Amino acid sequence: MKISKDESRCTGCRTCQLVCALCHYNENNPKKAAIGIKGQFPEPGGYRISICTQCGKCIEACPQGAISNVDGVIRIDEDKCDYCQVCVDACPFGAIFVHREFKIPFICDLCGECVEICPTKALFWRQ
Amino acid sequence: MKGGYAGKILRVNLSSGEVMKEPTPEALIKNFVGARGFIAHTLYNEVPRGADPLGEDAKLMIATGPLTGLFIPSTGKAHVGGKSPLTGGYAEANFGGHFPVELKMAGYDMIIVEGRSDRPVYILIDDDEVTLEDASGLWGKGSFDSEKALDDQHGDDFQACVIGPAGENLVKIACISHDYGRQAGRTGLGAVMGSKKLKAVCVRGSKAIPVVDVAGLMKVGREMYRKSVQHPAFELWQTYGTSSVVNWSNRIGAFPTRNFQSGYFELFTNIAGPVMHREIVIHNKACFSCAMCCGKYAHAKTADYECYVEGPEYETTAMIGGCCALGNIKDIAYANFLCDDYGIDTISGGSIMGFAIECFEKGIITEKDTGGLKLTWGDPKAVFELIRMISYREHIGDVLAEGSRAAALKLGKGSTDFAIQMKGLEQSGYESRRAPAMQLSYMTSDIGAHHRPSWAVTHDLRTGREATEGKAEKVIELQHTRPLFDTLGVCRLPWIEMELPVEDYAEAFRCATGLDYKVEDLYKISERVWNLTRMFWVREFPDFGRAYDLPPNRITREPILSGPTKGAVLPQEKIDIMLDDYYSRRGWTKDGVPTDRKLKELGLDKLVKEKG
Repeated sequence: MKISKDESRCTGCRTCQLVCALCHYNENNPKKAAIGIKGQFPEPGGYRISICTQCGKCIEACPQGAISNVDGVIRIDEDKCDYCQVCVDACPFGAIFVHREFKIPFICDLCGECVEICPTKALFWRQ
Repeated sequence: MKGGYAGKILRVNLSSGEVMKEPTPEALIKNFVGARGFIAHTLYNEVPRGADPLGEDAKLMIATGPLTGLFIPSTGKAHVGGKSPLTGGYAEANFGGHFPVELKMAGYDMIIVEGRSDRPVYILIDDDEVTLEDASGLWGKGSFDSEKALDDQHGDDFQACVIGPAGENLVKIACISHDYGRQAGRTGLGAVMGSKKLKAVCVRGSKAIPVVDVAGLMKVGREMYRKSVQHPAFELWQTYGTSSVVNWSNRIGAFPTRNFQSGYFELFTNIAGPVMHREIVIHNKACFSCAMCCGKYAHAKTADYECYVEGPEYETTAMIGGCCALGNIKDIAYANFLCDDYGIDTISGGSIMGFAIECFEKGIITEKDTGGLKLTWGDPKAVFELIRMISYREHIGDVLAEGSRAAALKLGKGSTDFAIQMKGLEQSGYESRRAPAMQLSYMTSDIGAHHRPSWAVTHDLRTGREATEGKAEKVIELQHTRPLFDTLGVCRLPWIEMELPVEDYAEAFRCATGLDYKVEDLYKISERVWNLTRMFWVREFPDFGRAYDLPPNRITREPILSGPTKGAVLPQEKIDIMLDDYYSRRGWTKDGVPTDRKLKELGLDKLVKEKG
């Protein structure tokens, strides 16, 4: 299972980011979301959604071997990660995130809360 | 304060370059709650009586509320306020988007801008780091280019609000723009920024907004989102946004047409929601955390022009489409784009242009005044050129840039009769000669003739379009409810259109702050703020009274020319009946001034006594 997107439906409201951070950090802080929303303004309009597709490029890129696919979910091993952020640059989708308060980058764990809340069904599950 | 607030107020003095951070005072929170309340209190308390709105003593506030940025629908609102250069009275406007949550996450509930810079600057905020940056490279640029330049320089994880050339040129209907299409439009606050040589505020924040009861907030938040998406009007709103109002407004004869000569525009089907949706809308564009999404992003292209623009919203379609009689949605979209880019309010702008066209038709202004431009109803090129002339104060544009009240006083020849403004602010997009509660809403609005604090057209339809009874009571109820959202720092539209109950907002407020305010307590705060903004007018104008609440003669004497409301006037007797009722219910004098008793009841007596 993975979370898929229909960017033509995204309105950029970022409710997905709010719920993501609330569920994972118990914080009202959309900057700690493992999903990215970028407006394409003033031209051509619309939004780009960045979310993990489990492509595995980060697994290949990590010099520490800290990233693995555990039962279909990409996980970063906190003990092995040395905060180099090579994975962040290696991700073709811009779907690995950093925050000032964290040393370790973070990534979608497929909890599905964003799919649940998205008011326009821009996010959905796919096999 | 534990939750709901970022905890600090950022004070930037542009004369000295000093930046100060102060704790958000507990008493301010307790008595004025946020956003609009913070602005009203700061303005009354800190700006001296008689201050020049464009002078050194004037201040500009950008404020969020306790619910701004939180996990409930439509929390992306910030309020901007000060003393209006257009009206001389209380000024407040708001914009949605993503700036407000960013400001709060940077750690600030409000920015107070003081003094005046002698060179163009912008305020750059990156969490705790706050600097004044040189804006000489941005000065003169349009709003879109300015915002883009800031995005390119600092990264698009910053959010900016900017002014265009109109704000720089101290045009008194200048707006403040954000997110390529959201404006704090009304009361000329863009000119206040311009007078301070402040081109932009650019902010990035990374901090959580403190919440006392996170689980409680998530519960009420999820519930409010569920109610929104399951509401029968959700799909309609998602598809058309506010443009769906155009058809309805014409059917009931409330569409301001040819400078409010009529309430019906014969070409309205060409500019209504379905046509707009089909011909120009390319994407939905929401403010932060908003489910219903009124923003429609459009692309309009003809042989003469091409633009990307958010909108037109109903108000823009009414005031530029109706008021200037433009019957083509693309032309309205392009006029909208020009207003946004130069940085003028489309409501006041549309009204003033309609006024100018009527003046031209009546020979009050001529080609000598316009630099050779002929002004006629329904001519898009004349409208495009007028927008430019107003923004750069060229020819008659210099007179019109002062607002329709000042322009009419200067032009004379009976033109004050059809300058459709109250207290100096142009009336927004509902012709209300057959909507007495709506007209009373405009008359008593605390910024001038605007629909935000009270919108009562449906109440008039329900309870009688000729009737005056009960109208004042309803208007007061609305003036306590709708501005409550402006105080909490959220958008009111989900309450109106998705019918989210006020109790849900009170619950979210409790979860965020831990303050156990009942809905009635919140209404009391609304009443406190309403009386304080009224007292600001009283303080600034020695002769302030009933005359300030009256509409122009067109409303009371000139019958509507066509459409479903043809022949209607709202006679002075009815206006007097409603005003008497309104003042008495508010506990004000017969001349509309809050009594000492009322001020004492609301805990405002000390402030008013101290600050004159």
